[in-house]
Amino acid sequence: MFYREAGDFKTTYAADSQTFPIKFDRFRYYAVSFVAFLIIPFVINDYWVNAIFLPFLIYSIAAIGLNILVGYCGQVSLGTGGFMAVGAYGCYKLMTAFPEVSIFFHVLLAGGITSIVCVLFGLPSLRIKGFYLAVATLAAQFFLVWLFNRVPWFYNYSASGQINAPERTVFGIEVTGPNTEAWATYLFCLVFLTICALIARNLTRGTQGRTWMAIRDMDIAAEIIGVNPLKAKISAFAVSGFFVGVSGALFFSVYLGAVEVGEVFGINKSFLVLFMIIIGGLGSIFGSFAGAAFLVLLPVLLKNVLVGMLGWPTDLAAHLEFLIIGGLIITFLIAEPHGLAQLWRVAKEKLRLWPFPH
Amino acid sequence: MNDMTHDSYTTEDGRTIGGVVMEMKNITLRFGGVVAIENISFDIREGEIRAIIGPNGAGKSSMLNVISGFYVPQEGDVFYKGQKRPPMRPYQVAQQGIARTFQNIALFEGMSVLDNVMTGRLRQMKSGLLAQALWKGKAEAEEVANREAVERIIDFLEIQHIRKTPVSRLPYGLKKRVELARALAAEPSILLLDEPMAGMNVEEKEDMSRFILDVNDEFGTTIALIEHDMGVVMDLSDRVVVMDYGKKIGDGTPDEVRNNQAVIDAYLGVAHD
Repeated sequence: MFYREAGDFKTTYAADSQTFPIKFDRFRYYAVSFVAFLIIPFVINDYWVNAIFLPFLIYSIAAIGLNILVGYCGQVSLGTGGFMAVGAYGCYKLMTAFPEVSIFFHVLLAGGITSIVCVLFGLPSLRIKGFYLAVATLAAQFFLVWLFNRVPWFYNYSASGQINAPERTVFGIEVTGPNTEAWATYLFCLVFLTICALIARNLTRGTQGRTWMAIRDMDIAAEIIGVNPLKAKISAFAVSGFFVGVSGALFFSVYLGAVEVGEVFGINKSFLVLFMIIIGGLGSIFGSFAGAAFLVLLPVLLKNVLVGMLGWPTDLAAHLEFLIIGGLIITFLIAEPHGLAQLWRVAKEKLRLWPFPH
Repeated sequence: MNDMTHDSYTTEDGRTIGGVVMEMKNITLRFGGVVAIENISFDIREGEIRAIIGPNGAGKSSMLNVISGFYVPQEGDVFYKGQKRPPMRPYQVAQQGIARTFQNIALFEGMSVLDNVMTGRLRQMKSGLLAQALWKGKAEAEEVANREAVERIIDFLEIQHIRKTPVSRLPYGLKKRVELARALAAEPSILLLDEPMAGMNVEEKEDMSRFILDVNDEFGTTIALIEHDMGVVMDLSDRVVVMDYGKKIGDGTPDEVRNNQAVIDAYLGVAHD
């Protein structure tokens, strides 16, 4: 009733394989893009951008990247934090070495560098699977953090061992550094998220996506129908690495501005992004957004409710937050193991028939 | 039968059988001390339906795995289209135009029927990662062209109604058909079917037999199949190889095989005195 596809006929195969085959979805997407690009930038302020929008946008990119690897290609990775660090340090080195080049390209190049590193650490996936691969990527996590801590070249020999994002502009507007405007950083990240989401969707709805999913669902059968497992897995690591690198670069340069690698890109970050895609839904672009939103928004919401509305002390609220979020995650996963994306799919099925049960 | 000339001939029902497209020569496959296949030679001619039969454990599936590149035999050579085939990975064999189905269905459960069948056309997909990321020009044209080819096969196998259904929701018989569709989508020059009718009831077997004959008839696809149902094998196939304990004990037309004493012994057992 509320969600209908009846009467939405396709007359070409191209129309049938478009990004949003259902008209209703397509209009919702246009509406969301309109609000995101043309309304939010005018009403946004510093609190909203730093507490909600920037983390949401940047984690969404990371979640899409990891989802391509884990959800679409079935290769478990616990190295996301380390790979984000590669993006961050890559971006930092590029920003300081080539100050005249636009930061836009620095972020993209940082993605490219991460992509290469990710492929290197993905090579063991040709031999090992599942938990064993997870452990191998864990090695990447610890090695990369150690590397950025111990080799002073990466942080330009600064005394604190931190990296600080210098001021950079896009079209004359500052997007990094201390004097940025909320709307500028927001739009900068939104553009990257939009590009990444479109690329991810294009890749996953076509041949490449089917190749990845074939490897995920049954690698032996995939090989027998002509999938080159080396190419499929390596391309998943490369694409995933690119997205994760872009998110790391943005996380450092636009969001935080200053980074101490062990603190920001530790193993916690890897787990956080992994939880996002598990809660959101493996093998779903929408799930990546939903998972990122869930884990970014919920703590903020809880803090506002507990401290702001109920007036509890901050430290108590902070600890309760962990309990509540942990509990919610468990409840969610028991109720719907396939994540928020599946929940949304079920809701659509129900809405399609409402008010009739069948 | 093997030393027949390579000239083409016409069967009773008017199909043309061409020259030898694949030849197995003195294949021996061992797993440690176990000899799965011992010195077997046979050929497959273009356009024919070639059956491989034998009791359980005779080495039929191993033979199919040798053909599809999954096992590399210790001795012997595979000749494909007149050329000796070097040892290669299964995906390279697939790219040469040999498609197969599996005894236990090996579909991609997380994908829809359409996507499953589309994966069968990887051989025809050439656009690069970047083109696909932008979904413009070649990538989109290729997707549409391949979709058209896939839709023809979906029509042919009468699975239009489940096109968008996730494979995991389908019953067994339909899954078998989808798997056949995926193999057919590759437009293979040789189609290997590993027990296409295992676990089916009579109607489903009739359907499947009809599809196999139609595929052979309409597309002229060469088919090599393993099957346990003797009635089906004798009706469908042009020539039959019989294996027992890794050895070839018979080779010829269904009638020849039916009257072969060694075959009768293998199937009915023979008194040892």
